Amino acid sequence: MDHIFFFYFAAVIAMTSLLVVALRNPVYSALALLIMFFHVAGLYVTLHAEFLAAVQIVVYAGAILVLYLFVVMLLSVTSEERYHNQLPVAGLLGVVLCTEIILLFFQSQATASAPAASVDPVAGPGNTELIGEALYSTYLFPFEVASLILLVAMIGAIILAKKDIHERIQ
Amino acid sequence: MEIGLRLAVSLAQIAAVMGVVMLTVMVLTLAERKVLGWMQDRMGPMEVGPYGVLQPIADGLKLFFKEDIIPAGANKFLFTLAPILALVPALIGFAVIPFGPSLTIEVFGMQIKPFVISDINIGILYILAFASIGAYGIILGGWSSNSKYSLLGGLRSAAQVISYELNVGLAIVGVILLSGSLSLVKITEAQAGGFWNWFILAMPFPQIFAFVVYVISAVAETNRVPFDLPEAESELVAGFFTEYSGMRFAFFFIAEYANMILVSCVAAALFLGGWNAPYPGTILGYIGLDSLAWMENVVWFAVKVYFFLFLFFWLRATLPRLRYDQLMRFGWKVMLPIALGNIVLTAIAAYFFPR
Repeated sequence: MDHIFFFYFAAVIAMTSLLVVALRNPVYSALALLIMFFHVAGLYVTLHAEFLAAVQIVVYAGAILVLYLFVVMLLSVTSEERYHNQLPVAGLLGVVLCTEIILLFFQSQATASAPAASVDPVAGPGNTELIGEALYSTYLFPFEVASLILLVAMIGAIILAKKDIHERIQ
Repeated sequence: MEIGLRLAVSLAQIAAVMGVVMLTVMVLTLAERKVLGWMQDRMGPMEVGPYGVLQPIADGLKLFFKEDIIPAGANKFLFTLAPILALVPALIGFAVIPFGPSLTIEVFGMQIKPFVISDINIGILYILAFASIGAYGIILGGWSSNSKYSLLGGLRSAAQVISYELNVGLAIVGVILLSGSLSLVKITEAQAGGFWNWFILAMPFPQIFAFVVYVISAVAETNRVPFDLPEAESELVAGFFTEYSGMRFAFFFIAEYANMILVSCVAAALFLGGWNAPYPGTILGYIGLDSLAWMENVVWFAVKVYFFLFLFFWLRATLPRLRYDQLMRFGWKVMLPIALGNIVLTAIAAYFFPR
């Protein structure tokens, strides 16, 4: 049963990711991305990571993609030809990534360990509590660094947006 | 066999909840016009049936038989998809709302919770997630209509929903800190035993500020007056659904009212104790009718939800529409700091005085 769900989600994720870059209409691309986000969330649910699934939808589908759509609609491009001759670069990157994946795959085959014992989802504290504990104990430093980077990005965005007003006053 | 039975029970529950929601939407369309009428010293609709009580049916029939027009130059696929994208997230959120006490009854050897379709452990996040998806219907509807008014309405809605969704999320955090759970069933149960235990008043830190932020943001998120800029009729004709007619228009309309009911249910469950009565226990329980106590709980939940729905109408009759810059400034510079401050204070209070 789990396998059926996994293959369904994986297939849709792969297909919609391709569509995001293949479709000519940017609004359709954004919609393909929306479907992909939902299926990634579905993948999290099959892994019993419900919190991550919900956050995935709230943050990516609910906020970031809406902003993308916002920009795409303002540009009102029906089809943009400028970005459609990147085949050489894309091909090169694709080959490199594929080699990497194949190498990794065979390495993990060589050191094949028994599949991790499936964790009983009912026992112990909930998924949300576990993530909170891991973030604030084991991974406290990376967590704080990430928030610092986000803060810097936020200040940067404010300064960039404010530049205009500053010049006008002077 | 068991899966089939479980499926049948779930479908029955879903059908019951959808029926109640749709019925409430019908009641609301009439109630809104009646309440607005009374507040403005009018009678409201009086023509169809006694005192106009059959008006919703007449409205529904009219919308059903209207011609369905897709404007020239519109993106046909997205124009069709947008109303569905608006309606489905509004209805799907009701899956985790507890309408009554969390009893379990046995049907054919299965444990069934009759008053909640699905008690998942991230209930409130689930509602937030799908509420944010509802914005797509509005944005895409505005874009695909190929009309300037619709596009402007859609863009306004995108900015507004993102800004105020943040405040909704942050206002809820205080309640989650106090209850220690994301499940709406557990949050409601944590408020049992009288109105002084409701999270709006509960010690160690009453969530009254979070409650005010939540209610205002909820009004903004449902695009209701005074935050109805996406459909401001005096400037944008009808905003994002200017070009819609017939059933597609009805879908947007139902979605707006279903969203109102949903945010009212969430507000009642989070801040006003959900189905808990404002006194400990239930009166029916005290006089020995324990098996009927659920009725009293369900009635209390309905009373709270209708209080919020009345508030929506009341605001509409009272307040003028905000200007767009006022809306943004209010959201980011007033509501956001209050919500953040509430989280900090609640966290400190909850640390020193654990419940």
